[in-house]
Amino acid sequence: MKNEKNLAPRPGFVLDVDRTSPPVLFHHGDTFKLEKLPAGRSRVIYPPEPLEGLRDPDSAIRHALENPIGDSEPLSALLRPDMKLTIAFDDISLPLPPMRRPDIRQRIIEAVLDLAAEAGVDDVHLIAALAIHRRMTEDELRHAVGDRVYDAFAPSGRLYNHDAEDPEGMVVLGETPHGEDVQFSRRAAESDLVVYVNINLVSMDGGHKSTATGLSGYTGLRHHHNVHTMRNSTSFMDQENSELHASNWRMGKVIRDAGVKIFQIETTVNNNTFGRSGPLAVLQKREWEWSARDRASFVAMQKGLDVMPSSARRQIFNSWEAPYEMTSVQAGEVEAVHKITTENVYKQQIVEVEGQTDILTMGLPYISPYNVNSVMNPILVMCLGLGYFFNMYRGKPLVREGGVVIMSHPTPWEFHSVHHPSYIDFFEQVLADTTDPIEIERKYEKQFAEDEWYIHLYRNSYAYHGVHPFYMWYWGSHALEHLGRVIIVGGDSSAVQRLGFQSASTLPDALEMASDVVGPQPTITHMKNPPIFLADVK
Amino acid sequence: MKALEFRRNIPRYAAARLAGSFTPGRGSGVGPIRLVDADLPELPNQDWEIVRPRLSGICGSDLATIDGKSARYFEPLVSFPFIPGHEVVGDLQDGTRVVLEPVLGCLSRNIDPPCKSCQDGQLGNCEYVTFGEISPGIQTGSCCDTGGGWSIAFAAHTSQLHPVGKDLSDEAAVMIEPTACGVHAALSTGIEPEGTVTVIGSGTLGLVTISALRSYFPDVKILATARYPHQKSLALDLGADVAIAPNEIKRAVRRMTKSRAISLSTEDGNVDRLTGGSDAVIDCVGSSESITDALSVTRPRGKIVLVGMPSSVNIELTPLWHREIQLVGAYTYGTEKLADGSVARTFDLAADLVDSAKLDRLLSAVYPLSRYQDALEHAASAGHRGAVKIAFDLRSEKERDLL
Ligand SMILES: [Zn+2]
Ligand SMILES: [Zn+2]
Repeated sequence: MKNEKNLAPRPGFVLDVDRTSPPVLFHHGDTFKLEKLPAGRSRVIYPPEPLEGLRDPDSAIRHALENPIGDSEPLSALLRPDMKLTIAFDDISLPLPPMRRPDIRQRIIEAVLDLAAEAGVDDVHLIAALAIHRRMTEDELRHAVGDRVYDAFAPSGRLYNHDAEDPEGMVVLGETPHGEDVQFSRRAAESDLVVYVNINLVSMDGGHKSTATGLSGYTGLRHHHNVHTMRNSTSFMDQENSELHASNWRMGKVIRDAGVKIFQIETTVNNNTFGRSGPLAVLQKREWEWSARDRASFVAMQKGLDVMPSSARRQIFNSWEAPYEMTSVQAGEVEAVHKITTENVYKQQIVEVEGQTDILTMGLPYISPYNVNSVMNPILVMCLGLGYFFNMYRGKPLVREGGVVIMSHPTPWEFHSVHHPSYIDFFEQVLADTTDPIEIERKYEKQFAEDEWYIHLYRNSYAYHGVHPFYMWYWGSHALEHLGRVIIVGGDSSAVQRLGFQSASTLPDALEMASDVVGPQPTITHMKNPPIFLADVK
Repeated sequence: MKALEFRRNIPRYAAARLAGSFTPGRGSGVGPIRLVDADLPELPNQDWEIVRPRLSGICGSDLATIDGKSARYFEPLVSFPFIPGHEVVGDLQDGTRVVLEPVLGCLSRNIDPPCKSCQDGQLGNCEYVTFGEISPGIQTGSCCDTGGGWSIAFAAHTSQLHPVGKDLSDEAAVMIEPTACGVHAALSTGIEPEGTVTVIGSGTLGLVTISALRSYFPDVKILATARYPHQKSLALDLGADVAIAPNEIKRAVRRMTKSRAISLSTEDGNVDRLTGGSDAVIDCVGSSESITDALSVTRPRGKIVLVGMPSSVNIELTPLWHREIQLVGAYTYGTEKLADGSVARTFDLAADLVDSAKLDRLLSAVYPLSRYQDALEHAASAGHRGAVKIAFDLRSEKERDLL
């Protein structure tokens, strides 16, 4: 048997579908489908294979902390006994799916704490920089930072979730030249040093966004989490052309000018989402390379999933932890660090693609950044497809203007009432009225953002902030403006209709419906994602 | 003359109850109602006149009676056999077009002095509906002596008759009686000018109530539950600010009133009841579920007005007690006191409202008496079939001209 790990990972690949091409695996929520794409006018984009991980991540981390990038002293030189130190870290939305222990955050935080202990720093706080996401549970925090760190800091109240609605806990540091309020965690603002621990899963993550967004709240976020910004971010995954990026960078400057010293630590992972071997490995293989054993294991998995209730399927997938490996770590001054990180993300994720097609198809998986250990409700389906997948491009979208996106997902009319209470209201009230992002923003955002009950649930329970579903919708607003039609295959038709999309029971039906918009014999691109890739469209 | 007669016949009544529990309105097929050749009613005295109906509406209370679902409570208050029909626009012998105010109070019963309620102009509350010169019956359409609207002709006391202006169509005029119920319910809330009202149900009663609320309280916030799309759009057209599906009521009232919520399970984020809620809730359904919903979304010291005819219901009353909620009925109409202190008869207010809000649009279909089974089935499934009010049309009945 060949040992695949010893072969050099292959770059991404664009397959032109012909008559001999095998059916393509589509993710479909917590199940899968094998779909035949029309020969002669379809192409499938495959992500690059997983890069090798760093052989010794812990020493790479120690090396990065002592050999900073850009205008920064080594971390040990920044630490002194009487200082206030705050370590902020990415929340449950990163990486996706959650990774196997030890989580990268644990490795880094332990290394930082070792240095802090050596320097005699006593006043250390650890904050999950979740902005207006839901709070992390104890289990989730333990998974991220490790039991040793959790037990040392959480009981004494020095490890906690960021609370953007704590009137005492938030400050406005100033305003950008564009009139954007820069709202920030008071603890972080009053610290002598903020160490930020990133997992940069996609190119949007990290940089000034880590702190300017992660440690902010509605007062600050509303300046870039809005329809205007999202429509001027083409795409938000491409820093050169992202208004979201520009706004966060303006805010980062205000934070720096206010005297907040940040030591940024960024890491990249490979895209080994489902494993090189094991029960899900087949999901990251190219179909024509499936062995008889792969086919058998896929069929067995399909059969097993088919007879399970969806709650059981959800439980199985929610328990999947990705065997991600760290491919790089860099630390120091925010912008210099982020430049290198972005190159490292691109190294794993870029696939060069020639031109656009009439139709873009995608098989949406069971997970998005906002339903870890939760339910993928219809609003998150929209956001994953039109917010994330659609925007995984540099240059121009994979689908032409006026084209059609076809997403495959069961899209059940189902919500997690603890995590997504305001989503239920958004779906029942807002989308029943309009799906136009501009009108939604104008008519309803303030009401939801200021709703006291949502604020109570965000602060005390495990709820996303009341305004969060709006941001999900804005995330898709660039796609909504660009596209002529959106079709969901295999979804709950009333939920799909509420989203303002069309419902098709099979992919051929959907292609037929799409040709009403783009004409007969349309060209088709399928994104074979996940694992994640970023299309560089020429 | 042709008439639809309702007879007390216990076995048939039981059969109707059974059939009605499967298909609403189906009670008309097997139940106690049938088309008969009835005699023209005798006039009890010179204050009575013969009315020949032009249009005669089918009311939810009629359907409940036919399907055997109305409460035993009414049995002593009616006299058999009776001819239903109390939403009537018709002609007097001299050609005057009139609408019927169907309550059979002390005046029509020739009771002097009248009961306290009738003295106060609250006709609907008459205490003596089983006494006087005519047989028991709360309204025309439930008394064996007067006949009723589902026939070629019936007898009415002159005090029950309101002439209809030339400009008002028959279709509009037949909506005055149900609209009067809505006007009475709306005014019963006693709501503050900028308060919040929730209307449960957007059938005929719900819709006329919404229209009345909007007309007398221009600045209140109105939320309506509506099961069907046409009900939703009518509710919004007639003045509701928000119209939502019935199962969305708790979350929707919470949003409207900026209340917090309580979950009964351990699942935060579920809305099982509100901490605050609507100042008033008008329940146009009258079921255990609707009243329970009403109790979950009414603020402390708020008011629930029951307009839909309830029957036997099973409700947890602890919230009523703990939150000091008032639960009041709104039956028919009488005399209203308006916000500016003026006093008016509900029927006159209703006639104005039907005209100004164009409530004739709520009349969806008419049937001849001979197709009464189709008519009753249509009325019983009106919402489902995209309709609101169904009525009998007697204008082209040949017998009419023989009288
Ligand atoms: Zn009635
Ligand atoms: Zn009386």
